[in-house]
Amino acid sequence: MAIGLHDSDFKNPVVRWIDARLPVFTMMQKEYGTFPTPRNFNYFWNFGALAMINLMIMIATGIFLAMHYTPHTTMAFDSVERIMRDVNYGWLLRYVHANGASMFFIVVYIHIWRGLWYGSYKAPRELLWMLGVVIFLLMMATAFMGYVLPWGQMSFWGATVITNLFSAIPLVGPDIVTWLWGGFSVDNPTLNRFYSLHYLLPFVIVGVVFLHVAALHITGSNNPLGIDPKGPQDTIPFHPYYTIKDSVGVVAYLIVFAILVFFMPNYLGHPDNYIPANPLVTPAHIVPEWYFLPYYAVLRAVPDKLGGVVLMFASIAVLFVLPWLDTSPVRSMRFRPVAKWFLLLWLVAFAVLLYCGGKPPEEPYVSISRAATFYYFLYFLVILPLLGRLERPLSLPESIARPVLRGGGPLPAGAAAQPMEKA
Amino acid sequence: MADTMAQHGAASPGEDGEPRRDFLKLVAGSFAAVGVGAMAWPFIASMNPARDVLALSTTEVDLSPIAVGSAVTVVWRGKPVFVRNRTAEEVQAARAAPLSQLPDPQADQARVTRDPWLIVVGICTHLGCVPLGQKPTDPRGDYGGWFCPCHGSHYDTSGRIRKGPAPANLVVPEYAFTSDTQIRIG
Repeated sequence: MAIGLHDSDFKNPVVRWIDARLPVFTMMQKEYGTFPTPRNFNYFWNFGALAMINLMIMIATGIFLAMHYTPHTTMAFDSVERIMRDVNYGWLLRYVHANGASMFFIVVYIHIWRGLWYGSYKAPRELLWMLGVVIFLLMMATAFMGYVLPWGQMSFWGATVITNLFSAIPLVGPDIVTWLWGGFSVDNPTLNRFYSLHYLLPFVIVGVVFLHVAALHITGSNNPLGIDPKGPQDTIPFHPYYTIKDSVGVVAYLIVFAILVFFMPNYLGHPDNYIPANPLVTPAHIVPEWYFLPYYAVLRAVPDKLGGVVLMFASIAVLFVLPWLDTSPVRSMRFRPVAKWFLLLWLVAFAVLLYCGGKPPEEPYVSISRAATFYYFLYFLVILPLLGRLERPLSLPESIARPVLRGGGPLPAGAAAQPMEKA
Repeated sequence: MADTMAQHGAASPGEDGEPRRDFLKLVAGSFAAVGVGAMAWPFIASMNPARDVLALSTTEVDLSPIAVGSAVTVVWRGKPVFVRNRTAEEVQAARAAPLSQLPDPQADQARVTRDPWLIVVGICTHLGCVPLGQKPTDPRGDYGGWFCPCHGSHYDTSGRIRKGPAPANLVVPEYAFTSDTQIRIG
């Protein structure tokens, strides 16, 4: 092999010729073929791959929708209706894209929950976790701006309310809002820039996802036991074991997705968004899309404009410092007999906030939202730091292979893991 | 990836495991290919003309205001269509041309439904420009029909290519006379 060329293992001469000059095949083989992965994943570990697939579905449908959409206040609504009625399979593209946003948040919320339950945010995966939070924020921005594009009543008033959040900033708030709008109300300049950014941000997400995956492939995956693999007996190659396990998850995911798209395509939307935007009339009951409701409930729980906005942003910002708030060295909640109940209660609080966010801002929902918001922050800022010191975790298993094989004593010679490793 | 699959097949201990695995790979692969194709189709189809575009596929033309010797241009499917009320001399010139001298031999009678009306798509068959010759002041080329200024194709009074790089005659669209003074194109 000549100097400067990669020493390729591939037999196929064409693949080998390319691989020697640009070792993409070797890289794929290393990162997605033989990549050593903990052998004890459960189905929670499907959701990263599902999120990746969801992102690709959103980009593909989005690019084709953009071929038919017109970003102008006088034509946007009609161009969306034209997609629904006249464009071949336009209804399918739009319903897949709209429900794809909901599926994306379902998948990502479960993915985040997986990280919280099994302590995937802890050392050495802090940066991996923080990149994930960045992706989450980018997703929220993208979803919000995408929802504005059909230029219905909910689009318009959602855009008005969310951009007005920035008016809470002292001194410069109103100027910032004018800058965001490109005018003195949400209007055509706003729609144009939202369209431009809605097209841009998914590709920024792709970039951050690449970093997220790159960081993952340095630290390796966490696993349900939360302990590090101690050797080849604890891991199996990513392919075929997890490609096939992910495929099972993909089928289940696509079934849920298809039920939404084909049988209840507007279930998660709001009928008001089928009324063209009217800057003179606000609908009686405006709510964001379901995936923003927990944060919307936090916003409304605070009886102060600036305080509500700050707390709402803090509810996500707190995730950035989570790796340092949780002082326990034990990752998986399986071995944290006290913390797991507090975390489950946090999940309840999150669900309560999601529910209250969709209700009108009146009693008892406001008081319930306040209690849930209080616990949301209490868990992160007080309970987790204290439990790291006070809680006595269960004893961790010696290795991943040990509980899997259910046996005491040393592994038999040529344990079941060995032949799989070679493959 | 197929590489690792093959290695796995080889590693399986059963004697007849190999054909079974080949069969499974073939079935799974075909299934995936059909699935990808089925998913790709709506995307591809969405780029074909939409229903509102197809709805614009016919154009009605009233012939009564078009005087002898003059022509109008109408839009059909976003393209110009030349409707020419030819003079007797122009018809005569078109019929007189020997077919052996035409690059794309076609009799004038085959290109006309009812005399003296000539209806052709006004797009040069070379590279898609619109030839000149509709207005009385336009150059009409050496054969009194149309002249394409882009690359110099000359069309005669039957819209047939006579000289220049265009390979074929101006296309006669599908049309029908709905009355003596009315046609529907498309």
